[in-house]
Amino acid sequence: MIRTIRTLWYREVIKFIRDRSRVVGALLQPLGFWIVLGFGFGGTFQMPGAQNGDMPYLEYLFPGIVALILLFTAIFSTISVVEDRQKGFLQAALVAPTSRLAIVLGNVLGGATLAVVQAALFVILAPLVGLTPTLAGLAIILLASLLTAVGFTALGFTMAWWLDTTRGFHAIMNLVLMPMWFLSGAAFPIDGAPAILQLLMKLNPAFYCVELLRAGFYWPTGSAGSPDVVGIEILLTTLFATATLGIATWVVRRPLFG
Amino acid sequence: MIACLSVSEVTHRYGETVALDEVSFDVGTGERFGLLGPNGGGKTTLFRLISTLMQPSSGSVSVFGEDVSKNPEATRRRLGVVFQHTALDDQLTVEENLKTHAALVGLSGAEASRSVARVLDTFGLSERAKDRVKTLSGGLARRTDLARGFLHHPELLLLDEPTTGLDPIARRELWDALDRIRRTNETTQIVATHMMDEAERCDRIGILDHGKLVVIGNPENLKAKLGTETLWLETTNPQALTEQLKKTLAVDSRIVGGSVLVEASQPEMLLPKIYEQLSGQIEAASIRKPTLDDVFVAATGRAFQESEVRGQGSA
Repeated sequence: MIRTIRTLWYREVIKFIRDRSRVVGALLQPLGFWIVLGFGFGGTFQMPGAQNGDMPYLEYLFPGIVALILLFTAIFSTISVVEDRQKGFLQAALVAPTSRLAIVLGNVLGGATLAVVQAALFVILAPLVGLTPTLAGLAIILLASLLTAVGFTALGFTMAWWLDTTRGFHAIMNLVLMPMWFLSGAAFPIDGAPAILQLLMKLNPAFYCVELLRAGFYWPTGSAGSPDVVGIEILLTTLFATATLGIATWVVRRPLFG
Repeated sequence: MIACLSVSEVTHRYGETVALDEVSFDVGTGERFGLLGPNGGGKTTLFRLISTLMQPSSGSVSVFGEDVSKNPEATRRRLGVVFQHTALDDQLTVEENLKTHAALVGLSGAEASRSVARVLDTFGLSERAKDRVKTLSGGLARRTDLARGFLHHPELLLLDEPTTGLDPIARRELWDALDRIRRTNETTQIVATHMMDEAERCDRIGILDHGKLVVIGNPENLKAKLGTETLWLETTNPQALTEQLKKTLAVDSRIVGGSVLVEASQPEMLLPKIYEQLSGQIEAASIRKPTLDDVFVAATGRAFQESEVRGQGSA
Protein backbone atom coordinates (compact mmCIF):
# COMPACT_ATOMS: atom_id res chain seq x y z
CA MET A 1 0.00 0.00 0.00
CA ILE A 2 2.65 2.50 1.10
CA ARG A 3 4.90 1.33 -1.74
CA THR A 4 2.18 1.96 -4.31
CA ILE A 5 1.43 5.41 -2.90
CA ARG A 6 5.09 6.38 -2.83
CA THR A 7 5.75 5.09 -6.33
CA LEU A 8 2.77 6.82 -7.93
CA TRP A 9 3.53 10.03 -6.01
CA TYR A 10 7.14 9.98 -7.22
CA ARG A 11 5.99 9.29 -10.79
CA GLU A 12 3.72 12.36 -10.82
CA VAL A 13 6.49 14.58 -9.49
CA ILE A 14 9.28 13.29 -11.73
CA LYS A 15 7.10 13.52 -14.83
CA PHE A 16 6.38 17.16 -13.99
CA ILE A 17 10.01 18.06 -13.38
CA ARG A 18 11.12 16.46 -16.66
CA ASP A 19 8.57 18.46 -18.64
CA ARG A 20 10.25 21.84 -18.86
CA SER A 21 7.35 23.69 -20.45
CA ARG A 22 5.04 22.65 -17.61
CA VAL A 23 7.53 23.96 -15.02
CA VAL A 24 7.91 27.32 -16.74
CA GLY A 25 4.18 27.73 -17.33
CA ALA A 26 3.30 26.80 -13.79
CA LEU A 27 5.69 29.38 -12.34
CA LEU A 28 4.99 32.30 -14.65
CA GLN A 29 1.23 32.05 -15.23
CA PRO A 30 0.03 32.97 -11.73
CA LEU A 31 2.58 35.76 -11.56
CA GLY A 32 1.17 37.21 -14.78
CA PHE A 33 -2.38 36.83 -13.50
CA TRP A 34 -1.58 38.61 -10.27
CA ILE A 35 0.22 41.52 -11.93
CA VAL A 36 -2.37 42.06 -14.66
CA LEU A 37 -5.43 41.71 -12.41
CA GLY A 38 -3.79 43.51 -9.52
CA PHE A 39 -2.68 46.58 -11.46
CA GLY A 40 -5.71 46.49 -13.73
CA PHE A 41 -8.29 46.66 -10.94
CA GLY A 42 -6.00 48.37 -8.46
CA GLY A 43 -7.07 51.89 -9.40
CA THR A 44 -10.83 51.33 -9.27
CA PHE A 45 -11.20 48.71 -6.58
CA GLN A 46 -12.60 49.91 -3.26
CA MET A 47 -12.85 47.49 -0.35
CA PRO A 48 -16.27 47.45 1.33
CA GLY A 49 -16.36 48.30 5.06
CA ALA A 50 -14.52 51.10 6.82
CA GLN A 51 -11.71 49.09 8.42
CA ASN A 52 -10.53 47.55 5.12
CA GLY A 53 -11.01 50.71 3.17
CA ASP A 54 -7.36 51.41 2.61
CA MET A 55 -6.21 47.89 1.62
CA PRO A 56 -4.52 47.97 -1.82
CA TYR A 57 -6.00 45.53 -4.30
CA LEU A 58 -2.64 43.86 -4.99
CA GLU A 59 -2.60 42.90 -1.32
CA TYR A 60 -6.22 41.76 -1.27
CA LEU A 61 -5.66 39.63 -4.34
CA PHE A 62 -2.48 37.97 -3.03
CA PRO A 63 -4.09 35.12 -1.03
CA GLY A 64 -6.55 34.73 -3.91
CA ILE A 65 -3.68 34.06 -6.32
CA VAL A 66 -2.30 31.47 -3.90
CA ALA A 67 -5.73 29.80 -4.11
CA LEU A 68 -5.68 30.15 -7.89
CA ILE A 69 -2.33 28.33 -8.06
CA LEU A 70 -3.61 25.59 -5.77
CA LEU A 71 -6.88 25.07 -7.64
CA PHE A 72 -5.43 25.14 -11.15
CA THR A 73 -2.34 23.07 -10.47
CA ALA A 74 -4.29 20.53 -8.46
CA ILE A 75 -7.08 20.13 -10.98
CA PHE A 76 -4.93 20.23 -14.11
CA SER A 77 -2.44 17.72 -12.71
CA THR A 78 -5.20 15.15 -13.08
CA ILE A 79 -4.96 15.37 -16.86
CA SER A 80 -2.48 12.55 -16.28
CA VAL A 81 -5.48 10.32 -15.56
CA VAL A 82 -6.78 10.91 -19.09
CA GLU A 83 -3.31 10.41 -20.60
CA ASP A 84 -2.74 7.26 -18.55
CA ARG A 85 -6.02 5.84 -19.76
CA GLN A 86 -5.10 6.55 -23.39
CA LYS A 87 -1.66 5.04 -22.99
CA GLY A 88 -2.65 1.95 -21.01
CA PHE A 89 -0.88 2.83 -17.77
CA LEU A 90 -4.17 3.17 -15.96
CA GLN A 91 -5.31 -0.26 -17.11
CA ALA A 92 -1.98 -1.75 -16.05
CA ALA A 93 -2.25 -0.13 -12.61
CA LEU A 94 -5.80 -1.40 -12.16
CA VAL A 95 -4.85 -4.93 -13.19
CA ALA A 96 -2.03 -4.91 -10.65
CA PRO A 97 -2.72 -6.60 -7.32
CA THR A 98 -2.68 -3.39 -5.30
CA SER A 99 -5.16 -1.43 -3.21
CA ARG A 100 -7.46 0.92 -5.11
CA LEU A 101 -7.21 3.48 -2.31
CA ALA A 102 -3.43 3.45 -2.76
CA ILE A 103 -3.81 4.18 -6.49
CA VAL A 104 -6.01 7.18 -5.69
CA LEU A 105 -3.79 8.43 -2.86
CA GLY A 106 -0.57 8.11 -4.89
CA ASN A 107 -2.01 10.09 -7.78
CA VAL A 108 -3.75 12.68 -5.62
CA LEU A 109 -0.80 13.27 -3.30
CA GLY A 110 1.47 13.63 -6.34
CA GLY A 111 -0.72 16.33 -7.87
CA ALA A 112 -1.27 17.97 -4.49
CA THR A 113 2.48 18.14 -3.86
CA LEU A 114 3.04 19.98 -7.13
CA ALA A 115 0.30 22.45 -6.21
CA VAL A 116 1.60 23.10 -2.69
CA VAL A 117 5.22 23.57 -3.81
CA GLN A 118 4.16 26.09 -6.46
CA ALA A 119 1.94 27.93 -4.01
CA ALA A 120 4.82 28.03 -1.50
CA LEU A 121 7.14 29.56 -4.12
CA PHE A 122 4.56 32.29 -4.67
CA VAL A 123 4.04 32.90 -0.95
CA ILE A 124 7.73 33.88 -0.74
CA LEU A 125 6.74 37.05 -2.65
CA ALA A 126 4.27 38.11 0.07
CA PRO A 127 6.55 40.79 1.61
CA LEU A 128 6.37 42.65 -1.73
CA VAL A 129 2.82 43.73 -0.82
CA GLY A 130 3.64 44.23 2.83
CA LEU A 131 2.35 40.83 3.98
CA THR A 132 4.63 39.24 6.58
CA PRO A 133 2.83 36.24 8.08
CA THR A 134 3.84 34.97 11.52
CA LEU A 135 5.16 31.41 11.97
CA ALA A 136 1.73 30.28 13.18
CA GLY A 137 0.23 32.10 10.23
CA LEU A 138 2.55 30.24 7.86
CA ALA A 139 1.48 26.96 9.47
CA ILE A 140 -2.16 27.85 8.77
CA ILE A 141 -1.28 28.77 5.16
CA LEU A 142 0.51 25.43 4.73
CA LEU A 143 -2.37 23.46 6.23
CA ALA A 144 -4.89 25.35 4.12
CA SER A 145 -2.78 24.72 1.01
CA LEU A 146 -2.49 21.00 1.70
CA LEU A 147 -6.20 20.52 2.33
CA THR A 148 -7.16 22.62 -0.68
CA ALA A 149 -4.69 20.83 -2.95
CA VAL A 150 -5.77 17.35 -1.84
CA GLY A 151 -9.48 18.21 -2.10
CA PHE A 152 -9.24 19.68 -5.58
CA THR A 153 -6.85 17.04 -6.93
CA ALA A 154 -9.27 14.37 -5.76
CA LEU A 155 -12.16 16.29 -7.33
CA GLY A 156 -10.23 16.60 -10.59
CA PHE A 157 -9.32 12.92 -10.42
CA THR A 158 -12.97 11.91 -10.16
CA MET A 159 -13.98 14.14 -13.06
CA ALA A 160 -11.02 13.06 -15.20
CA TRP A 161 -11.99 9.42 -14.62
CA TRP A 162 -15.00 9.84 -16.90
CA LEU A 163 -13.23 11.76 -19.67
CA ASP A 164 -11.63 10.10 -22.69
CA THR A 165 -9.87 13.02 -24.35
CA THR A 166 -7.57 15.77 -23.16
CA ARG A 167 -9.65 18.23 -25.15
CA GLY A 168 -12.79 17.28 -23.24
CA PHE A 169 -10.77 17.50 -20.05
CA HIS A 170 -9.81 21.14 -20.68
CA ALA A 171 -13.36 22.09 -21.57
CA ILE A 172 -14.94 20.50 -18.50
CA MET A 173 -12.28 21.59 -16.04
CA ASN A 174 -12.44 25.22 -17.11
CA LEU A 175 -16.22 25.08 -16.85
CA VAL A 176 -15.90 24.05 -13.22
CA LEU A 177 -12.76 25.91 -12.20
CA MET A 178 -13.46 29.44 -13.35
CA PRO A 179 -16.75 29.94 -11.47
CA MET A 180 -15.31 28.21 -8.42
CA TRP A 181 -12.37 30.57 -8.28
CA PHE A 182 -14.33 33.74 -9.01
CA LEU A 183 -16.92 32.81 -6.38
CA SER A 184 -14.33 31.96 -3.75
CA GLY A 185 -13.71 35.47 -2.48
CA ALA A 186 -10.32 35.35 -4.16
CA ALA A 187 -10.96 38.24 -6.54
CA PHE A 188 -13.63 40.23 -4.67
CA PRO A 189 -14.87 40.15 -1.07
CA ILE A 190 -18.18 38.53 -0.20
CA ASP A 191 -19.45 41.57 1.75
CA GLY A 192 -20.04 43.76 -1.26
CA ALA A 193 -21.65 41.05 -3.41
CA PRO A 194 -25.40 40.70 -4.11
CA ALA A 195 -27.30 38.25 -1.89
CA ILE A 196 -27.55 35.52 -4.53
CA LEU A 197 -23.80 35.59 -5.15
CA GLN A 198 -23.19 35.54 -1.40
CA LEU A 199 -25.24 32.36 -1.16
CA LEU A 200 -23.36 30.72 -4.04
CA MET A 201 -20.06 31.72 -2.47
CA LYS A 202 -21.03 30.18 0.85
CA LEU A 203 -21.89 26.92 -0.90
CA ASN A 204 -18.53 26.89 -2.68
CA PRO A 205 -15.85 24.80 -0.93
CA ALA A 206 -13.15 26.99 -2.48
CA PHE A 207 -14.57 29.94 -0.48
CA TYR A 208 -13.49 28.34 2.81
CA CYS A 209 -10.08 27.50 1.38
CA VAL A 210 -9.54 31.16 0.46
CA GLU A 211 -10.86 32.41 3.81
CA LEU A 212 -8.49 30.07 5.61
CA LEU A 213 -5.53 31.17 3.48
CA ARG A 214 -6.41 34.81 4.10
CA ALA A 215 -6.65 34.21 7.84
CA GLY A 216 -3.15 32.69 7.73
CA PHE A 217 -1.63 35.79 6.15
CA TYR A 218 -2.98 38.06 8.92
CA TRP A 219 -2.84 35.69 11.90
CA PRO A 220 -3.23 36.39 14.82
CA THR A 221 -4.47 39.93 14.07
CA GLY A 222 -6.54 41.04 11.13
CA SER A 223 -10.24 40.83 10.48
CA ALA A 224 -10.11 37.67 8.35
CA GLY A 225 -10.84 35.24 11.13
CA SER A 226 -11.01 34.69 14.85
CA PRO A 227 -9.74 31.33 16.23
CA ASP A 228 -13.32 30.00 16.22
CA VAL A 229 -13.88 30.89 12.60
CA VAL A 230 -10.48 29.47 11.60
CA GLY A 231 -11.37 26.24 13.41
CA ILE A 232 -14.62 25.90 11.48
CA GLU A 233 -12.85 26.66 8.21
CA ILE A 234 -10.23 23.97 8.93
CA LEU A 235 -13.03 21.54 9.70
CA LEU A 236 -14.91 22.35 6.49
CA THR A 237 -11.86 22.12 4.23
CA THR A 238 -10.87 18.83 5.91
CA LEU A 239 -14.36 17.49 5.28
CA PHE A 240 -14.15 18.59 1.67
CA ALA A 241 -10.80 16.83 1.16
CA THR A 242 -12.02 13.66 2.87
CA ALA A 243 -15.26 13.58 0.89
CA THR A 244 -13.56 14.06 -2.48
CA LEU A 245 -10.98 11.37 -1.64
CA GLY A 246 -13.80 9.04 -0.66
CA ILE A 247 -15.67 9.65 -3.89
CA ALA A 248 -12.52 9.18 -5.97
CA THR A 249 -11.82 5.83 -4.29
CA TRP A 250 -15.41 4.70 -4.79
CA VAL A 251 -15.17 5.57 -8.48
CA VAL A 252 -11.90 3.65 -8.92
CA ARG A 253 -13.29 0.56 -7.18
CA ARG A 254 -15.98 0.18 -9.80
CA PRO A 255 -15.10 -1.82 -12.93
CA LEU A 256 -13.26 0.32 -15.46
CA PHE A 257 -15.52 -0.69 -18.33
CA GLY A 258 -19.27 -1.23 -18.33
CA MET B 1 -4.19 -30.54 -17.53
CA ILE B 2 -5.53 -28.04 -14.97
CA ALA B 3 -7.72 -25.32 -16.46
CA CYS B 4 -5.83 -22.06 -16.15
CA LEU B 5 -8.71 -20.11 -17.61
CA SER B 6 -12.30 -21.20 -17.71
CA VAL B 7 -14.89 -19.15 -19.57
CA SER B 8 -18.38 -20.46 -19.11
CA GLU B 9 -21.50 -19.27 -20.89
CA VAL B 10 -20.32 -15.68 -20.91
CA THR B 11 -22.59 -13.09 -22.46
CA HIS B 12 -21.78 -9.41 -22.40
CA ARG B 13 -23.82 -6.50 -23.65
CA TYR B 14 -22.95 -2.82 -24.05
CA GLY B 15 -26.46 -1.38 -23.88
CA GLU B 16 -28.26 -3.11 -26.75
CA THR B 17 -25.14 -4.36 -28.49
CA VAL B 18 -24.19 -7.95 -27.77
CA ALA B 19 -20.40 -8.12 -27.62
CA LEU B 20 -20.12 -11.71 -26.40
CA ASP B 21 -22.80 -14.29 -26.92
CA GLU B 22 -22.76 -17.47 -24.80
CA VAL B 23 -19.02 -18.01 -25.09
CA SER B 24 -17.52 -21.06 -23.33
CA PHE B 25 -14.01 -22.51 -23.47
CA ASP B 26 -11.11 -23.58 -21.28
CA VAL B 27 -7.40 -22.93 -21.60
CA GLY B 28 -5.05 -25.42 -19.99
CA THR B 29 -2.03 -24.54 -17.87
CA GLY B 30 1.05 -24.00 -20.01
CA GLU B 31 -0.96 -23.72 -23.19
CA ARG B 32 -0.60 -20.95 -25.77
CA PHE B 33 -4.07 -19.98 -26.92
CA GLY B 34 -4.71 -17.63 -29.82
CA LEU B 35 -7.84 -15.51 -30.08
CA LEU B 36 -8.60 -14.59 -33.65
CA GLY B 37 -11.30 -12.52 -35.15
CA PRO B 38 -12.11 -9.23 -36.76
CA ASN B 39 -12.26 -6.01 -34.77
CA GLY B 40 -15.62 -5.91 -33.08
CA GLY B 41 -15.65 -9.71 -32.83
CA GLY B 42 -15.41 -9.62 -29.04
CA LYS B 43 -11.68 -10.11 -28.33
CA THR B 44 -11.25 -6.85 -26.47
CA THR B 45 -14.36 -7.47 -24.40
CA LEU B 46 -13.16 -10.93 -23.45
CA PHE B 47 -9.75 -9.53 -22.45
CA ARG B 48 -11.37 -6.89 -20.25
CA LEU B 49 -13.39 -9.59 -18.51
CA ILE B 50 -10.37 -11.82 -17.88
CA SER B 51 -8.22 -8.91 -16.71
CA THR B 52 -10.73 -7.90 -13.96
CA LEU B 53 -11.55 -4.55 -15.59
CA MET B 54 -15.17 -5.46 -16.30
CA GLN B 55 -17.86 -7.89 -15.20
CA PRO B 56 -19.86 -10.03 -17.62
CA SER B 57 -23.61 -9.44 -18.05
CA SER B 58 -24.03 -13.15 -17.40
CA GLY B 59 -21.90 -16.27 -17.13
CA SER B 60 -18.58 -16.52 -15.37
CA VAL B 61 -14.86 -16.29 -15.98
CA SER B 62 -12.45 -18.02 -13.64
CA VAL B 63 -8.68 -18.08 -13.45
CA PHE B 64 -7.16 -21.08 -11.69
CA GLY B 65 -10.57 -21.89 -10.29
CA GLU B 66 -11.20 -18.44 -8.76
CA ASP B 67 -14.15 -16.45 -10.10
CA VAL B 68 -12.73 -13.24 -11.57
CA SER B 69 -15.75 -11.09 -10.63
CA LYS B 70 -16.01 -12.39 -7.08
CA ASN B 71 -12.32 -12.40 -6.27
CA PRO B 72 -10.47 -10.06 -8.66
CA GLU B 73 -7.58 -9.74 -6.22
CA ALA B 74 -6.69 -13.44 -6.55
CA THR B 75 -6.69 -13.19 -10.33
CA ARG B 76 -4.58 -10.02 -10.35
CA ARG B 77 -1.80 -11.73 -8.41
CA ARG B 78 -1.40 -14.42 -11.07
CA LEU B 79 -2.07 -12.31 -14.14
CA GLY B 80 0.19 -10.26 -16.41
CA VAL B 81 -1.39 -8.15 -19.15
CA VAL B 82 0.20 -6.51 -22.18
CA PHE B 83 -2.29 -4.08 -23.70
CA GLN B 84 -2.56 -2.79 -27.25
CA HIS B 85 -0.95 0.45 -26.10
CA THR B 86 2.21 0.29 -24.02
CA ALA B 87 1.72 1.25 -20.39
CA LEU B 88 5.03 3.13 -20.30
CA ASP B 89 5.99 6.71 -19.52
CA ASP B 90 8.04 8.31 -22.30
CA GLN B 91 9.78 10.67 -19.91
CA LEU B 92 10.99 7.86 -17.67
CA THR B 93 13.85 5.48 -18.41
CA VAL B 94 13.30 1.79 -19.11
CA GLU B 95 14.49 0.93 -15.63
CA GLU B 96 12.35 3.60 -13.92
CA ASN B 97 9.29 2.35 -15.76
CA LEU B 98 9.96 -1.21 -14.67
CA LYS B 99 10.61 -0.14 -11.07
CA THR B 100 7.30 1.72 -11.01
CA HIS B 101 5.41 -1.35 -12.11
CA ALA B 102 7.41 -3.62 -9.82
CA ALA B 103 6.09 -1.54 -6.92
CA LEU B 104 2.54 -1.71 -8.27
CA VAL B 105 2.61 -5.50 -8.42
CA GLY B 106 3.81 -5.54 -4.83
CA LEU B 107 7.50 -6.39 -5.11
CA SER B 108 9.62 -5.03 -2.24
CA GLY B 109 12.88 -3.10 -2.76
CA ALA B 110 15.32 -6.01 -3.06
CA GLU B 111 12.86 -8.29 -4.87
CA ALA B 112 12.01 -5.46 -7.24
CA SER B 113 15.65 -4.82 -8.15
CA ARG B 114 16.24 -8.52 -8.75
CA SER B 115 13.10 -8.85 -10.80
CA VAL B 116 13.88 -5.77 -12.92
CA ALA B 117 17.42 -7.02 -13.58
CA ARG B 118 16.03 -10.42 -14.54
CA VAL B 119 13.48 -9.13 -17.07
CA LEU B 120 15.99 -6.67 -18.53
CA ASP B 121 18.19 -9.67 -19.21
CA THR B 122 15.42 -11.98 -20.42
CA PHE B 123 14.13 -9.45 -22.93
CA GLY B 124 17.53 -8.18 -24.06
CA LEU B 125 17.05 -4.68 -22.67
CA SER B 126 20.00 -4.38 -20.29
CA GLU B 127 21.97 -2.05 -22.56
CA ARG B 128 19.05 0.37 -22.84
CA ALA B 129 18.07 0.32 -19.17
CA LYS B 130 19.13 3.94 -18.56
CA ASP B 131 17.56 5.33 -21.72
CA ARG B 132 14.28 7.17 -21.67
CA VAL B 133 11.45 5.26 -23.32
CA LYS B 134 10.85 8.08 -25.83
CA THR B 135 14.23 7.29 -27.42
CA LEU B 136 13.35 3.62 -28.02
CA SER B 137 12.14 2.13 -31.31
CA GLY B 138 8.61 0.76 -31.45
CA GLY B 139 9.89 -2.80 -31.18
CA LEU B 140 12.02 -2.08 -28.12
CA ALA B 141 9.20 -0.20 -26.43
CA ARG B 142 6.94 -3.21 -26.99
CA ARG B 143 9.54 -5.53 -25.54
CA THR B 144 9.89 -3.23 -22.54
CA ASP B 145 6.14 -3.38 -22.09
CA LEU B 146 6.26 -7.16 -22.30
CA ALA B 147 9.00 -7.12 -19.65
CA ARG B 148 6.69 -4.94 -17.55
CA GLY B 149 3.87 -7.46 -17.81
CA PHE B 150 6.23 -10.25 -16.83
CA LEU B 151 7.85 -8.62 -13.75
CA HIS B 152 5.96 -10.65 -11.16
CA HIS B 153 6.26 -13.97 -13.00
CA PRO B 154 2.59 -14.21 -13.88
CA GLU B 155 1.27 -17.70 -14.47
CA LEU B 156 -1.16 -16.33 -17.04
CA LEU B 157 -0.02 -13.75 -19.57
CA LEU B 158 -2.61 -11.92 -21.68
CA LEU B 159 -1.32 -10.27 -24.84
CA ASP B 160 -3.66 -8.02 -26.79
CA GLU B 161 -2.29 -7.75 -30.33
CA PRO B 162 1.25 -7.38 -29.06
CA THR B 163 2.86 -6.89 -32.48
CA THR B 164 0.55 -4.20 -33.89
CA GLY B 165 2.58 -1.62 -35.77
CA LEU B 166 5.86 -3.50 -35.60
CA ASP B 167 8.09 -4.26 -38.57
CA PRO B 168 8.77 -7.94 -39.40
CA ILE B 169 12.11 -8.08 -37.56
CA ALA B 170 10.69 -6.55 -34.40
CA ARG B 171 7.73 -8.91 -34.63
CA ARG B 172 10.01 -11.92 -34.83
CA GLU B 173 12.07 -10.69 -31.87
CA LEU B 174 8.96 -10.26 -29.78
CA TRP B 175 7.76 -13.75 -30.61
CA ASP B 176 11.20 -15.15 -29.84
CA ALA B 177 10.93 -13.52 -26.43
CA LEU B 178 7.49 -15.07 -25.92
CA ASP B 179 8.86 -18.49 -26.89
CA ARG B 180 11.73 -18.04 -24.45
CA ILE B 181 9.58 -17.26 -21.41
CA ARG B 182 7.29 -20.08 -22.37
CA ARG B 183 10.11 -22.60 -22.33
CA THR B 184 11.67 -21.40 -19.09
CA ASN B 185 8.63 -20.40 -17.03
CA GLU B 186 5.70 -22.46 -18.24
CA THR B 187 3.60 -19.35 -18.55
CA THR B 188 0.16 -19.83 -20.03
CA GLN B 189 -0.19 -17.32 -22.86
CA ILE B 190 -3.40 -16.00 -24.38
CA VAL B 191 -2.73 -13.93 -27.47
CA ALA B 192 -5.24 -11.86 -29.41
CA THR B 193 -4.07 -11.37 -32.97
CA HIS B 194 -5.16 -10.72 -36.54
CA MET B 195 -2.02 -12.21 -38.00
CA MET B 196 -2.52 -15.72 -39.36
CA ASP B 197 1.18 -16.55 -39.07
CA GLU B 198 1.02 -15.63 -35.38
CA ALA B 199 -2.03 -17.81 -34.91
CA GLU B 200 -0.01 -20.69 -36.37
CA ARG B 201 2.35 -20.42 -33.39
CA CYS B 202 -0.46 -21.24 -30.95
CA ASP B 203 -1.33 -24.66 -29.54
CA ARG B 204 -4.97 -23.91 -30.07
CA ILE B 205 -6.93 -21.04 -31.52
CA GLY B 206 -10.46 -19.80 -31.06
CA ILE B 207 -12.21 -17.62 -33.63
CA LEU B 208 -14.55 -14.97 -32.27
CA ASP B 209 -16.99 -13.54 -34.77
CA HIS B 210 -19.94 -11.30 -33.90
CA GLY B 211 -19.47 -12.25 -30.26
CA LYS B 212 -19.70 -15.99 -30.88
CA LEU B 213 -16.89 -18.50 -30.58
CA VAL B 214 -17.34 -20.11 -33.98
CA VAL B 215 -14.31 -22.38 -34.07
CA ILE B 216 -11.87 -23.76 -31.53
CA GLY B 217 -9.02 -26.20 -31.98
CA ASN B 218 -5.44 -26.89 -32.96
CA PRO B 219 -4.45 -24.92 -36.10
CA GLU B 220 -3.18 -28.02 -37.93
CA ASN B 221 -6.27 -30.05 -37.13
CA LEU B 222 -8.57 -27.23 -38.13
CA LYS B 223 -6.87 -26.94 -41.49
CA ALA B 224 -6.86 -30.74 -41.96
CA LYS B 225 -10.62 -30.79 -41.42
CA LEU B 226 -11.00 -28.79 -44.63
CA GLY B 227 -9.21 -31.56 -46.53
CA THR B 228 -5.67 -31.65 -47.77
CA GLU B 229 -6.46 -29.37 -50.71
CA THR B 230 -9.13 -26.76 -51.39
CA LEU B 231 -10.49 -25.69 -54.75
CA TRP B 232 -11.22 -22.04 -55.55
CA LEU B 233 -12.91 -20.71 -58.69
CA GLU B 234 -12.91 -17.10 -59.91
CA THR B 235 -15.86 -15.92 -61.94
CA THR B 236 -17.82 -12.82 -62.88
CA ASN B 237 -21.07 -14.28 -61.59
CA PRO B 238 -20.49 -16.41 -58.47
CA GLN B 239 -24.18 -16.91 -57.78
CA ALA B 240 -24.82 -18.44 -61.20
CA LEU B 241 -21.73 -20.63 -60.96
CA THR B 242 -22.73 -22.19 -57.61
CA GLU B 243 -26.16 -22.96 -59.01
CA GLN B 244 -24.65 -24.51 -62.14
CA LEU B 245 -22.25 -26.63 -60.09
CA LYS B 246 -25.15 -28.02 -58.09
CA LYS B 247 -27.32 -28.63 -61.11
CA THR B 248 -24.86 -30.13 -63.57
CA LEU B 249 -22.35 -31.85 -61.26
CA ALA B 250 -24.23 -32.17 -57.94
CA VAL B 251 -21.31 -30.42 -56.23
CA ASP B 252 -21.80 -28.14 -53.22
CA SER B 253 -20.04 -24.79 -53.21
CA ARG B 254 -20.08 -21.46 -51.38
CA ILE B 255 -19.43 -17.85 -52.28
CA VAL B 256 -16.64 -16.39 -50.20
CA GLY B 257 -15.40 -12.88 -50.74
CA GLY B 258 -16.38 -12.91 -54.44
CA SER B 259 -14.81 -16.31 -55.11
CA VAL B 260 -16.41 -19.72 -55.16
CA LEU B 261 -15.12 -22.35 -52.74
CA VAL B 262 -15.94 -25.85 -53.93
CA GLU B 263 -16.53 -28.60 -51.40
CA ALA B 264 -14.51 -31.55 -52.61
CA SER B 265 -12.48 -34.30 -51.05
CA GLN B 266 -10.34 -34.71 -54.18
CA PRO B 267 -10.34 -31.37 -55.96
CA GLU B 268 -7.66 -32.41 -58.49
CA MET B 269 -10.07 -35.06 -59.85
CA LEU B 270 -13.02 -32.71 -59.85
CA LEU B 271 -11.44 -29.73 -61.56
CA PRO B 272 -11.19 -31.29 -65.08
CA LYS B 273 -14.87 -32.26 -64.91
CA ILE B 274 -15.86 -28.73 -63.92
CA TYR B 275 -13.83 -27.35 -66.81
CA GLU B 276 -15.50 -29.69 -69.27
CA GLN B 277 -18.97 -28.53 -68.28
CA LEU B 278 -18.55 -24.91 -67.21
CA SER B 279 -15.32 -23.56 -68.70
CA GLY B 280 -17.14 -20.58 -70.18
CA GLN B 281 -18.01 -19.21 -66.74
CA ILE B 282 -14.67 -19.71 -65.07
CA GLU B 283 -11.90 -17.12 -65.28
CA ALA B 284 -9.39 -18.81 -63.02
CA ALA B 285 -9.13 -21.85 -60.78
CA SER B 286 -6.69 -22.75 -58.05
CA ILE B 287 -6.03 -25.73 -55.84
CA ARG B 288 -4.07 -25.07 -52.67
CA LYS B 289 -3.48 -26.32 -49.16
CA PRO B 290 -5.97 -24.87 -46.67
CA THR B 291 -4.72 -21.98 -44.55
CA LEU B 292 -6.12 -20.51 -41.37
CA ASP B 293 -7.72 -17.91 -43.62
CA ASP B 294 -9.70 -20.77 -45.12
CA VAL B 295 -10.60 -22.00 -41.65
CA PHE B 296 -11.93 -18.54 -40.91
CA VAL B 297 -13.84 -18.47 -44.17
CA ALA B 298 -15.32 -21.91 -43.58
CA ALA B 299 -16.49 -20.89 -40.12
CA THR B 300 -17.88 -17.45 -40.89
CA GLY B 301 -18.67 -17.49 -44.61
CA ARG B 302 -16.55 -14.38 -45.10
CA ALA B 303 -12.94 -13.73 -45.94
CA PHE B 304 -10.90 -12.48 -43.00
CA GLN B 305 -9.60 -9.33 -44.71
CA GLU B 306 -13.12 -8.44 -45.82
CA SER B 307 -14.53 -8.66 -42.31
CA GLU B 308 -11.60 -6.62 -41.05
CA VAL B 309 -12.66 -3.67 -43.12
CA ARG B 310 -16.32 -4.08 -42.28
CA GLY B 311 -15.68 -4.55 -38.58
CA GLN B 312 -13.55 -1.40 -38.15
CA GLY B 313 -14.51 1.09 -35.52
CA SER B 314 -16.27 -0.77 -32.77
CA ALA B 315 -14.25 -2.44 -30.07
